Amino acid sequence: MSKVRVLVGTKKGAFILTADGKRQNWDVSGPHFAGWELYHLKGSPADPNRIYASQTSGWFGQVIQRSDDGGKTWHQPGTPPGEPVAPGPPKTVSNKFAYDAAAAPLTTHQWYDGTQHPWEFKRVWHLEPSLTDPNTVYAGVEDAALFRSTDGGENWHELPGLRGHGTGPKWQPGAGGMCLHTVILDPSNPDRIYIAISAAGAFRTDDGGKSWKPINKGLYSKYIPNPTAEIGHCVHHIAMNPTRPGVLFMQKHWDVMRSDNAGDQWIKISGNLPTDFGFVIDIHSHEPETIYVIPIKSDGEHFVHEGKLRVYRSRTGGNEWEALTKGLPQENCYVNVLRDAMAVDTLDKCGIYFGTSGGQVYCSADAGDSWNPIVRDLPAVLSVEVQTLA
Amino acid sequence: MATIRVELPQHLRTLAHVGREIQLEVESPVTQRTVLDALEARYPMLRGTIRDHGTLQRRAFLRFFACEEDLSHEAPDAPLPEAVASGKEPFLIVGAIAGG
Repeated sequence: MSKVRVLVGTKKGAFILTADGKRQNWDVSGPHFAGWELYHLKGSPADPNRIYASQTSGWFGQVIQRSDDGGKTWHQPGTPPGEPVAPGPPKTVSNKFAYDAAAAPLTTHQWYDGTQHPWEFKRVWHLEPSLTDPNTVYAGVEDAALFRSTDGGENWHELPGLRGHGTGPKWQPGAGGMCLHTVILDPSNPDRIYIAISAAGAFRTDDGGKSWKPINKGLYSKYIPNPTAEIGHCVHHIAMNPTRPGVLFMQKHWDVMRSDNAGDQWIKISGNLPTDFGFVIDIHSHEPETIYVIPIKSDGEHFVHEGKLRVYRSRTGGNEWEALTKGLPQENCYVNVLRDAMAVDTLDKCGIYFGTSGGQVYCSADAGDSWNPIVRDLPAVLSVEVQTLA
Repeated sequence: MATIRVELPQHLRTLAHVGREIQLEVESPVTQRTVLDALEARYPMLRGTIRDHGTLQRRAFLRFFACEEDLSHEAPDAPLPEAVASGKEPFLIVGAIAGG
């Protein structure tokens, strides 16, 4: 029988939630890396036992962790647990994210007040393992850049063409910092990658990361001087169903958008949503026109609208939305759901998962029709990913 | 070669799989830099967690104490107190009081 493994990153550690395909009875392990911020954990599609985790701290900086046994044990890549450390300089430095200033000189970026600010590495927001090679993994970082490791996370190298696009001085931080938070690998074209940055916008490469093209046509953002500018949009998250890699759905700061041509043009699909501010967006695994968002009241009030935790589902690819509320609190609820904190499994019926700033992780085993909390009292949830295991 | 005692904050003990205090053999002169170089050589998983990879500057939310003195803003190559160099007192690496 199939199983699911849910990887939860929180403000104070990681948790791993497992269940069989019924998704009713859950085992909870953790906290792993207690006390640290776990921005993101994600398993390799090529080897589900290989999981990468971004462990970070304002005190101690960035650490990368790796598990090769499905999250039972962890180690920093290059320093296996229990192995004697050879004297002399370490061969690998798995937490070193050095911008490739030789290939793309470090510029400044725009600060909140419009002045220019130095580009400085702060943390890894998102880890995206290769679809085919367990040892290859991408890291989206703050200040925004894309890194890649091809040795299981032991060493990281920037793909400097993105930061070297030439528009860096126009990129600016959102409330969470100037982060590259979305990395989507196209399963039909290994040279095509989509990324998104708050607040620069979405970019696409068609040559394996050498060069990048902004794909923000159709976006409208009032908080930049030219609302339709090529650069400066606060894209919160993008989702793609792997069966239709040219179709993208986006939750922008405000506005829910879709593109049917790989990001070349976006159209607004907010329709009847009560508010179209939000962070998460995801797609049903088997119905590529069925999409999910969780509307948040506003950019000034980062909690759900009207005190009700509602997932909105569109079965028409946008514009027509229905509120999904069964099993979710419908009064006095003021949680937020962050951009990487929703995921879908590939079981039939499709499972939908999300985690909140209040520490709840909810699961729907019936594509959103009803919801149950897996856990209620974790630290604030930063990210949720799910692995469907044979 | 001197035997230096170093105390780590809890999170770094976990990363390095060590207890509160560790002992390091450090080449003279005993300075912040030589102690941290020895520490990172023996426990490479700590590289980047105490000082920046590139600049080797102390991370902003960490402090260095010894002999009831705050040494955080001393020059990296300044000799540490004799009591640290002799192993009588530990060199303390401490997270800022805000916690973590």
